[in-house]
Formats: sequence, structure tokens, C-alpha cells
Amino acid sequence: MQQDANTAGPQTLLAVRDLDVSFGGTPVLHGISLTLRRGERVAIVGQSGSGKSTTVAAVLRLLPGSGRITGGSIDLDGEDLASAPEARMRGIRGSRIGLVPQDPMSNLNPAMKVGAQIADALVSNGRPGVTQNNREEFKRRAVELMAEAGIPDAERRYGQYPHEFSGGMRQRVLIAVALAGDPELLIADEPTSALDVTVQRQILNHLQKLVEARGTTLLFITHDLGLAADRTDRIIVMADGRIVEEGTPRHILLDPQQDYTKTLVAAAPSVSAALSPEDTSAAAQPEEHAPVPVVEVRRLVKEFKLRGQRGQVVSALRDVSFTVAQGTTTAVVGESGSGKTTVARILLGLETPTGGEALVGGESISASRGPERRRLRRMVQPVFQDPYGSLDPTFSIERLIDEPLRIFGIGDRASRRSRVAELLDQVALPRSIAQRRPNELSGGQRQRVAIARALAPEPELLICDEAVSALDVLVQDQILSLLADLQDRLGLTYLFITHDLAVVRQIAHKVVVMKSGEVIESGTADQVFLAPRQDYTSELLSAIPGAAFAR
Amino acid sequence: MAVTETVLPPTPPGSDRGLGTGRGRVLRSLLHNPLGLTGGILLALVVVAGVLAPVLAPYSPTQVHFETPFQKPGTVGFLLGTDDLGRDIFSRLLHGIQASLKVGALSVALAVVIGTPLGLLAGYWRWLDGIISRLTDVTLAFPFLIIAVALAAISGPSLTNAAVALGIAQVPTMIRVVRGETLRIKESDFVLGAKTMDASGLRIIFSHVLPNAASAVIVQATVIMPVAVIGEALLSFLGLGIQPPTPSLGIMLSDAQQYIFRSPTAAIFPGLAIAAICLSFNLFGDALRDALDPTNSSRK
Repeated sequence: MQQDANTAGPQTLLAVRDLDVSFGGTPVLHGISLTLRRGERVAIVGQSGSGKSTTVAAVLRLLPGSGRITGGSIDLDGEDLASAPEARMRGIRGSRIGLVPQDPMSNLNPAMKVGAQIADALVSNGRPGVTQNNREEFKRRAVELMAEAGIPDAERRYGQYPHEFSGGMRQRVLIAVALAGDPELLIADEPTSALDVTVQRQILNHLQKLVEARGTTLLFITHDLGLAADRTDRIIVMADGRIVEEGTPRHILLDPQQDYTKTLVAAAPSVSAALSPEDTSAAAQPEEHAPVPVVEVRRLVKEFKLRGQRGQVVSALRDVSFTVAQGTTTAVVGESGSGKTTVARILLGLETPTGGEALVGGESISASRGPERRRLRRMVQPVFQDPYGSLDPTFSIERLIDEPLRIFGIGDRASRRSRVAELLDQVALPRSIAQRRPNELSGGQRQRVAIARALAPEPELLICDEAVSALDVLVQDQILSLLADLQDRLGLTYLFITHDLAVVRQIAHKVVVMKSGEVIESGTADQVFLAPRQDYTSELLSAIPGAAFAR
Repeated sequence: MAVTETVLPPTPPGSDRGLGTGRGRVLRSLLHNPLGLTGGILLALVVVAGVLAPVLAPYSPTQVHFETPFQKPGTVGFLLGTDDLGRDIFSRLLHGIQASLKVGALSVALAVVIGTPLGLLAGYWRWLDGIISRLTDVTLAFPFLIIAVALAAISGPSLTNAAVALGIAQVPTMIRVVRGETLRIKESDFVLGAKTMDASGLRIIFSHVLPNAASAVIVQATVIMPVAVIGEALLSFLGLGIQPPTPSLGIMLSDAQQYIFRSPTAAIFPGLAIAAICLSFNLFGDALRDALDPTNSSRK
């Protein structure tokens, strides 16, 4: 630790000392000590399960289920929260400690007008100057807060419902709710992890401005080291319920002391993406010789009919064309709604295009029938984003990997069994897990199973739809190197659908940038990253967190 | 690098904690829920009473003792007393429970066997959904009692016909439950994955949708069961179900009605039995729903 964190002075707002938390009989936090000075911005970084959210829940005394504080103290400006009665905590939450929660989709009441939810927070905090039963006053203050949080046309939007707001706007509403009580400490628990990069940047810029203007202390919880480095004065790294290392962003990123921090820094894609092109070996080779394209997308158009509105259509894809050469990785990037997933679904034969062609090995899956289609489908296999949803929970691992072999009628029982073992070896999973079920595996292990299943019918092309974005950085790094390794050994072609440009930098040879159903830029990874031709691309690139720490 | 790296431990802390292997976890969760435990014990008692009725009953349920009508509970020889014809209420109760469970089980079986496949088809293929769901809506528009009474009237009153009538009356709700589950499961990534493997619709239905919908079917069965038990009592009470002198809880209630002031216990015990059967299935079903729900992995 850089400075003595445990000396409490007048500057100290929050001092947590030797905090222990258990769930039932299982201890999950071990002696957490941290200090926040007034006006300071501090980040807690760690993987899921590291205890960062539990720390926040303990400070707010909102531990779920059987969670209990078993030791230590939480000192907020001279008052011990660890032993404060619940009635006292209600006065502290909201008015002294504000929380911006993670998921803007589920944290607003869908049946209540947005403005009313902010006014509700004002009423419950009963700030001086706002008297009870004074509707106009509450409304005026709520509209003010909405405007402050960066919601345009706040007066009109006050009366709207959450479903009329986009994800980014809902997050702004949550920020307004958190600021309603004018708290001294604002805790932001992964506030933007559900949002697109450019929106993420806008929200964080705005949050930072607000916090600075009010002199609020910020505790920022994130799994993204780059984001933490960009936004805060001090970073606390947590793992397995302990604080591993603490220091300034420069110190943590450029000169980490602990082994765990070193692995975390090395794995953080946003940080390594900002490094010079020589450092990213996989992405460096340009394809000089014209190789055979495995994927050929020509003037692809897809329109969806709107339900209940006759003749109305939404264009998901307008005139999309690109090719993917054999043995290479092409990344399709864009924000949500850009049409990138529709391209993937058409290539997989799950959707029929309205116009144009999507060819795999020179033929179209959606136009083919019967045995022809079966042959084509063997060539393309998907790896989905969510390893919890893509594996049938009632199947054993062996049966999951075995499924494509059975459907395509490859081999007999014995040969299928040995093929499953071979595939488990390829994705570096122990053969002993074959009889287990998906819910007994971790996210990373499940994603390996999903890759093994995709590899089973010996496809030429893997379509990875956000295949690593649901995973922690360290696991993400492992899965990406597994994919690179498999490409080297098996000559696979990847089409990587993602919104995460940092990941793209790590693995892609070619990049296709999509926006509103159109390809706005495409080229080799170096061309796109080092000399973007479109403003939109530059905007996406500059939104990658951690870029400032490129050496 | 990827091949040599160490693989993560099988059970990481956090989300996966508390999830054991399938069956063991369900059982443990059931036993740790006090309501589920109560329901389970009550259910076991009811089932034992019904199944072992011929062994446990001291008399034949139809044997009359004209010299000792209207005996009070606790009389020597007649544990729960006798009714207007001097028949042993305890014996009739045990056989009545057996009849109720028979009707319940038969109608649940019928609802499951007809409702599940129709629900799967309606949920999976949109063009079939139009036909099946409209028919379901039409059936649901009739009160189930009307259907049951009509069927019983057409085919003549008997235990089997009552069970068939009650079963058919429950088919639409079963179709709805299974259809809803199918619609949900159909959209999951693992079904998309199976489609990219060129799996046929039937294959997806049987290997993916049905196993994942099974828990909803089981829970719905525990909901249908008490409805059918009450339905049987109702039909028998009205004279459209089991025919006297065969004992049934509904017939016992109907017989006791005439002498309700002289001998209230003759009505109270069958009433309690019906309540016990329904309560046991409802409590057990509730706990089972919680135990089978994979998303319900809150740390306890």
C-alpha cells in the first residue's frame, strides 16, 4: 500500500477497518480496510466473486440473504455503520450515501413515471427546502435533477415511463435518483457495464462532471481496469475477498507489485489494445496473397415487419457486403442495433435475407434444402455470448458435445465417445468433467464446452457472437488465446461479432465497422485502428477506456 | 499457451455456490423448506391411508350395523363413529380417500398425456398455435363444472367417467402452461445452437424443450390434483360421480347432510379429509416449484 490508509483525519469520509463478512458459515470478505478522503475518486477493481459488490453491500448494510458483518468497523464521518440500527441506516442511505446500481433495465419501476421515481427519492430523503406535500416544488426539483443528469427536454420526459427511455437515458435517471439526496458519498456499482462504449463514455464524463462540481466522493466499482484508471485517483484491486494491491492508476498499471495485479493488467484488453501495433502479434500479418473467401456477403438486405402495423418495416441491414478469407479472423463491430447480430444469424441460416446473398463456401444456407443444407450447416458453427443460456442445463457435458455428432450422424457410439475426449483435450478441459452438468461449471469452463461443441462437426467457420463479453477479463484472455491457438492448429476461420474494440485489437486480422445496418468502414485491423477514415470509427476508438496509459 | 494453462477449479465462489447435482439439490431444498416438509409428510400420510385402505379399514365400507347408527367418535369398535346406517365412518373415510386419489391421479394423467403434447406443438409451431390456442380459449370459456356435468350426464355416472370429465376439463390449463414454457425455451441459445446443427423440430422438442419444461408440468400436476379431488367430491355429492353404496368423500358429505344436526361428525371427517388432501398437494407443489426453479439459487 502506498500511503497509510488507516489514519483517520478530518479529511477522511469513509474508513473501513478489518471488515469481515460471511454468508451463512462461509466467510467471503477477509479483513477489508480502505479509506476514502473527501472529494476523492476511488475504484475497486476485481473479477466477479472477488467481493467488490459485497463490500459495497456491507457499507450500505444491504447484504443479501444470510450475509452478516462478522467483524471490523465501517466509519462514516465518525459514525460506525457496522453496528448502526436499521432505522439510522435508512437516514444514511440516499441522503449521505447514494448508489448508482448496475443494471438500468431492472432498477427502475416499469409501472411508474420516471419523474415520480425521482420525486419519490426526494420525498424519502426530505431535504431541507423541500417541504412535504409540496408537489410543484418536488416536481421542479426533479426536473432540475434530470436536466443536471443530462436528460434533454426534462420537463416533457418527466411524465414518461422507463420503457420510453434508452439504456443510457435510464442510467442517467438512476444517477438523478442517486443524487436526489445530495449525498456526500456516491457509490457507482458497474454503472455502465450494460451499455455501449460510446454511451458509456458520455455517461461517465457526465458523472465525473457532476461529482467534481458537487465535491462528492466517488467509490467506483468495476471489472474494467482501463475504465478505473481513466476515471479515478486511486485503484484498489480485490481478489477472493481480500485487497490485493492499492495505488494510483499509474502505479497499478505501469508498475504493479503483486502477481495477481500483473496478470490482471496483462489480461486487460483495453490496456493492451492501446499499445503499439508491434505488441499485438496476432493481428499484425496483412493478407497479401488473395486467399479463398470462406464467407462472402453480397449486398445483404434484411427487413423486419413491424407487428400490428401493416406495411411498416424496419431495415436491419441495408446493402451489407464483405468477405472473410480462410484461416483469418474478421471482426464485425458496432453498437447494439447496428445489425451485426443479424448478419451472424443469416450466415447461420437462422434468418432468411430479404435481398442479397450470404455465402459460406460459395453456397447459401438459407437458400438450400435437405442434405445440401445439412452439409453446409456442418461448415458453420456458432459460439454464443451467454455460456449460461447456450448449454441445455438438462444435458451432461458429454451429451452436449456429442449432440452435433449424433445429429449429423458422425461415427458410432465408441468413436463419438473418443471424439468427445479429444475435443475436451483441445479446449483444455479435464476429461473427468464429461459426466457433469453445465450448472456445475464456471462461466469460462462453460464457454470452453460451447467451443468444444462448435468444433465437434469439424466446421470451417466459427461465428462467435460476443463470445467473450460475458466473461471476466482473466477468463476472457484465456478464451481468446484458446481461440487463437485453435486457429493455428486447425486452420479455422472466425467471424467475431462484438462491440468491444479492445478485444478486436487483440485477435482480428480484418475489421468491419457497422452502423445502422450499413458497413461504414472496413479494412485490416491496423488500417482501422491506426488510420480510421470515418469520424464514427475514431469516436468508437477513443471511447476505449485506458487508452491514456499507452506507453 | 492455452493448452498448458491451469484450468479453473470446478466450483468457483459466487454464482454457482449452493448448486449441487440435480436430484440431490431438489431433495435438499424440499427438506429445508418447513412448508414443503409439512406438505410432504401430510402427502405421505394421505397416500398411505388411500393405498392401504383395504388393510387398515376394520370393516367393509358398505357393511351396515342397523343396531348402532349415529355412534359418536371414540365408541369402542368404531374409531370415528358410525353414520345413519351404522356404517363405520373410519372405514368409509379410508376408502373414500382411495377413491379421491384414484380420480385425482387418473385425471392428472389424462391432463398431462393430452395437454403436454398439444402444448409443445402449439408453442413450437406458430401455425399450429392458432388452431390449438383458439380451441383452448373456447374450452376455457365454459366453466369446468359444466363440462364435467355434461360429460358425466352423457356417459353415465361412474368413477372412471368422473375422472375423464375432470381430466378433460383440466387439459386447457395444462396446454397453456406447456405452451408458455415452450415459447420461452424455444428462444434460448441452446435451441438456436441445435438449429445450426440442422436438428429437426421434433428432435428439438423431445431432447431440449420437453426435459426443460418437465418441472413446470410436474408443478402444474400438483395444482390440478387438488382441483380434481374437490371436483370428484362435488360430482359425487351431486350424484354424477361415484354411485352409492361405494364410498366417496362427496357421497359421505351428501349422506351426512340430512342428519347434520344429529351427527355433525359424519360430515366433519370427510370434509377434513378433502381439506387435508388438497392442502398436502398445494404445500408440496409450492415447495417443489421453488426447489425445481434453477434461477432460485439465493444464498441461504
